[in-house]
Amino acid sequence: MTKLTPVLSAHWDEKDSFTIEGYKRVGGYKAVTKALTMEPDAVIQMIKDSGLRGRGGAGFPTGSKWGFIPQGDNKEHYLVVNADESEPGTCKDMPLLMANPHVLIEGIIIGSYAIRANHAFIYLRGEVVHVFRRVQQAIEDAYKAGLLGKNIGGKGYDLELTLHAGAGAYICGEETALLDSLEGFRGQPRLRPPFPAIAGLYAKPTVVNNVESIASVPAIINNGIEWFQEMGTEKSKGFTLYSLSGHVNNPGQFEAPLGITLREILELAGGIREGHQLKFWTPGGSSTPLFTDQHLDIPLDYEGVSAAGSMLGTKALQIFDETTCVVRAVLRWSEFYKHESCGKCTPCREGTWWLVQMLHDLEAGKGTEADLAKLLDLCDNIAGRSFCALADGAVAPIISSLKYFRDEYLEHQRNGGCPFDRVASTIFKTVGV
Amino acid sequence: MKFTSEQLKIMDSIISRYPRSRSAIMPLLHYVQAIDGYVTERGIETIAEILNLATAEVTAVSSFYTQYRSEPAGEYHVGVCINTLCAVMGGDEIYESLTDHLGIENHETTKDGKVSIERIECNAACDYAPVVMVNWEFYDNQTPQSVKDLVDSARAGNPRPPTRGPSKLRTWKENSEVLAGLNDGLAHEGVSAGSASLLGLQISKNGGRQ
Repeated sequence: MTKLTPVLSAHWDEKDSFTIEGYKRVGGYKAVTKALTMEPDAVIQMIKDSGLRGRGGAGFPTGSKWGFIPQGDNKEHYLVVNADESEPGTCKDMPLLMANPHVLIEGIIIGSYAIRANHAFIYLRGEVVHVFRRVQQAIEDAYKAGLLGKNIGGKGYDLELTLHAGAGAYICGEETALLDSLEGFRGQPRLRPPFPAIAGLYAKPTVVNNVESIASVPAIINNGIEWFQEMGTEKSKGFTLYSLSGHVNNPGQFEAPLGITLREILELAGGIREGHQLKFWTPGGSSTPLFTDQHLDIPLDYEGVSAAGSMLGTKALQIFDETTCVVRAVLRWSEFYKHESCGKCTPCREGTWWLVQMLHDLEAGKGTEADLAKLLDLCDNIAGRSFCALADGAVAPIISSLKYFRDEYLEHQRNGGCPFDRVASTIFKTVGV
Repeated sequence: MKFTSEQLKIMDSIISRYPRSRSAIMPLLHYVQAIDGYVTERGIETIAEILNLATAEVTAVSSFYTQYRSEPAGEYHVGVCINTLCAVMGGDEIYESLTDHLGIENHETTKDGKVSIERIECNAACDYAPVVMVNWEFYDNQTPQSVKDLVDSARAGNPRPPTRGPSKLRTWKENSEVLAGLNDGLAHEGVSAGSASLLGLQISKNGGRQ
């Protein structure tokens, strides 16, 4: 049985975990002191050697990303933290920032120092005002403590940190759309190359990292590479936050070594809600192909999930039991992608509208078997044909649901509508509670 | 009517946070909403003027992001999450009962100007589903009845406080000011973390038991 490993979440139960005093009391900001005595390249090397990989979805090695920034180029460099957490099912960065914004700031100072940046940004989604307050206060307190601004810790290093609120656009979680948005434009993805490491914010070398990736850095600096590598699997090292939601007895955040299985997490969480069975789930948000009860023992690391035909993504484990209509679930996700498509690329902008129309008919029992082939054909003409991965995400639930639940689509046609009782899948059981 | 000199001074301070002024468009739009309640024509014109842009360039940005409104929000803007997970667990039922209760539809405001509603996408609180946001504060684990009670309390001038947030719910305009980066000093209020956020930690402390 894999044991939980609370590191980022270790002190969230303290009343003042989000304050600078609360953070310092449990060893906060010691890693900065240590890192600032190291050569910047040595910091990059340490993060490379640790095996830390991006926790925002793609799993790209964090240290390598830092290493791509050209040095000695006499240009400004920027570190931008992606705190736009909007992938459906994903709910790890917001509680992290609410409970401990200082661990992110500490990671930002270390990361910025390593890549020789003197200005960093946090791009926080705009729909979370109290999280914004916590991060803003933490930044102000870090400035007052001499941890940001000029000559940090008396080591001659300068860093400005700006908090920036988004305004409700899922696409800004895509790193180049985020950069366009931060520059004051509509948030639309850029064609790559050039990659942000060469031409990012204001066309200057830029690293964009997820909140959890950067927040994991101080613990690695403090405890060392060996400690970090004791957790996780061969190519997926360390601890991470798994977010369990849906039809379970106890939803919540579980910080565990990479490679834990859903079966283990469900056991810890008290299982699927009473009297029900697991039907389908997402390993890492709605853009990762669906899994079923056949996949309970897949190691939830980058390689394990990928080998089973999905993606680890954001580790957002959304659990649906047998009361849930998969067609309804997929239609709703498709409506989300349609709403959030930025409109830049035709296959995504037009294709997501077509997907929604077809799924509407299928859910209403007006589809035919030939429509399922047409739906897959449409998916084939959307995925991989746009600038960014939103289009790929949009087709993931459709293709995977057809793979595992094809007959349920047809059952809608035979039944002349949805055969499911919608109320049965709510947590109130009866309407009006 | 022009913005006051004090308001213009705040706009300048917002611009000064960025290496390049255009980056300030988004917080400036949040700030306009804090003053006017939505993105007004005078707001667009002022932002264009101080950033040396065409008004069309500012409108292009404003119209891209759903949080920027082209008409006033209610004093209490209620967002019901209808993305798949919340919808399935009861978000759809909450939304339907709320529209019945208030007699308004998506993006509309009650006649008294108190409450507006919106179907919102995933708000990063899925372990507290079904989730409702009021003025972008978290109301966790809601039911149709709890949300009806919530909007009634808001219309009566005494809104129930958020589950994870300040001890008193602030108005939509006041919270827009926070998003513009103006600290309201309330960061210390509310819990560090909700119970679901702490679940794994507590199980770990109990040696693997709940």
